[in-house]
Amino acid sequence: VTDILGPFLEATVRTATPLALAALGETLVERSGVINIGLEGVIIAGAFGALVGASAAGVIAGFAAGATAGIAIALLFALFAVALGADQIISGTAITLFALGLTGTLYRALYGTAGASLTTPTLSPVAIPGLSLLPGIGRALFYQPPVTYATYAVVGLGWWWLYRTHAGLALRAAGENPAAATAAGVSVGRVRTVAIAVGGALGGLAGATLVLAQAGTFAEGMSAGRGFIAIAVVALGRWHPLGVALAALLFGAASALQFLFQAAGWALPYQIFLALPYVLTLVALAGAAGRSGAPAALGRIEEQGA
Amino acid sequence: MAPAGTGRGIRQLPPSLRSIVVAAGVAATLLALLAAALHAGGYDAGRALTALWTGSFGSSYALTSATLVRATPLVLCGLAVALAFRAGVLNIGAEGQLLVGAAAAAALAVARGERAGSGTLVAALAAGALAGALWAGIAAFLRRRFRVLEVISTIMLNFVAGYLVAYLVRGPLQEPLRIYPQTVSIAPAARLAPLIPGTRLHWGVLLAVTASVVLWWLLRSTAAGFRVRAAGAGPSAATVAGQIDVGRVTARAFLASGALAGLAGAVEVLGVTYALYENLSPGYGYTAIAVALLARLHPLGVLASGTLFGALEAGAAAMQRDAGVPSVVVTAVEALLILIILAVTRPRPRSTRASDSASEAAQGPVGATPLP
Repeated sequence: VTDILGPFLEATVRTATPLALAALGETLVERSGVINIGLEGVIIAGAFGALVGASAAGVIAGFAAGATAGIAIALLFALFAVALGADQIISGTAITLFALGLTGTLYRALYGTAGASLTTPTLSPVAIPGLSLLPGIGRALFYQPPVTYATYAVVGLGWWWLYRTHAGLALRAAGENPAAATAAGVSVGRVRTVAIAVGGALGGLAGATLVLAQAGTFAEGMSAGRGFIAIAVVALGRWHPLGVALAALLFGAASALQFLFQAAGWALPYQIFLALPYVLTLVALAGAAGRSGAPAALGRIEEQGA
Repeated sequence: MAPAGTGRGIRQLPPSLRSIVVAAGVAATLLALLAAALHAGGYDAGRALTALWTGSFGSSYALTSATLVRATPLVLCGLAVALAFRAGVLNIGAEGQLLVGAAAAAALAVARGERAGSGTLVAALAAGALAGALWAGIAAFLRRRFRVLEVISTIMLNFVAGYLVAYLVRGPLQEPLRIYPQTVSIAPAARLAPLIPGTRLHWGVLLAVTASVVLWWLLRSTAAGFRVRAAGAGPSAATVAGQIDVGRVTARAFLASGALAGLAGAVEVLGVTYALYENLSPGYGYTAIAVALLARLHPLGVLASGTLFGALEAGAAAMQRDAGVPSVVVTAVEALLILIILAVTRPRPRSTRASDSASEAAQGPVGATPLP
């Protein structure tokens, strides 16, 4: 049984990593009272940035470029959603379409149509001494690319920052009651812009992970809806870093199911497995309905007394 | 953003002149954005823009066989998005609804085989609309019952619809030789006939025009249309003052929106491709968002903006052929256009917004509501 389960658990953690990164960033953004539907655009920008950075100067540069590209797209969103007070959902949708079109254009302009054979250097898995030898989950959790370990750190840091620091308190206040936060001296607009930028960095890293730790190449539209899935992950994880990490693992498992069933020799149309994470998103959102945890001011356009 | 003075200046013009000024402004902005993007990408902007023109409006063949053929699904999907947005439903799922509409129409027409007649054509169009409505119905149900954000649910359903078509054309609907991932060709009797002989333009374009006029009339002059506008403009006020069941009204508008997008898919299969295959739509459902927003959600405006984007996409194909410019550049330009529209029509303080909508109601036939 472990012959089948082992690869399944490894694949679960591997596919959960970019989802968790993006969803943790979106958790901060939503906790500040903004919903960034443009996360999908942030991820694809991060993936493309990673391609450019990594082909120029290696894996580390790739991750840095991915995060930078993510921040750039996220700040464009902040310009509309925060500074101009435009509708967050429509701005986010437009940002996503813009990023998909822009990366597609730049990709073909820079690498031509023969880009399909393009490969980037990738991160190899690194074993954590001792822990990776734990029975069952040891290899799945502790024989992964370093970016997965960084994600573990982001979960802990995010929790500590959100619940144990003054800045985290100000962020949550901006999301729960912006008027009261303003009265208490918090600059709601600035808090939200910073949250969106941090969310952009994590979303960009998520895109970079797709290229530099998984695919080893870039493809147009390779984000494949992960930004929207990550938003569902945030709701399922009830806007709490630990919950979000667990929810990301659940979605990772759904994507990894195809390995399990292939190994078990089940003959089902493979499109069912490909569609599964999207269907699971719908089920998760329906299941998360009516439960508390959503920031009270989420998605509302603020009348910021001009 | 246009300074406030400019906006007020344009508003003082008579409506007909005003729309010409706005249209010219939009076209100029689009061309400027595109030229800048081309220049930045290191392409020969002059040559590319020439190709854009010859491929879209440059000849009667380009106009009928490229621009209007592409405008047809864009107008139908644009109407779908406009209707939903008017009702306060952010249906981003026109793409998926189009795909299931195409699948249903193709399944029905293929099943009839050589026995197909004009009755098959009508039934296939109806099946496409029904399938689109059912697909939107999933998101409408999730929204009403579980308050699931329809932006996310409809996008998820777009992916599921894509995989569904991928499965169908490799499974139950695949052509009998099982070589190509597509259905057999639909019998000529069940196709939408050419409108002008010698071109690719089919009767579907008249369907799109009719749908625009009917939707405009419905929204403007009927009680149902009023309820949709009231529900979208202010759900709580509509409930309290108008005794409108907002949940039911928006759910029905959502279904009707899906039906329009599904119809677009059926029209595409029966009038253009004559078979179901993957990548049948080059993202018509997503472009439709820009089409609807550019038209300020006005059904007759969708007819104009749909034609503009049809020309843009037809021209982009020519640009890729003649000047080697990747046609996806148009997606980025369209999205930028949405953002510019958002920036210039962002919500204003309440006092001015009330007078704005009152004056627009007096000028425009439908009292174009500001963007949600």
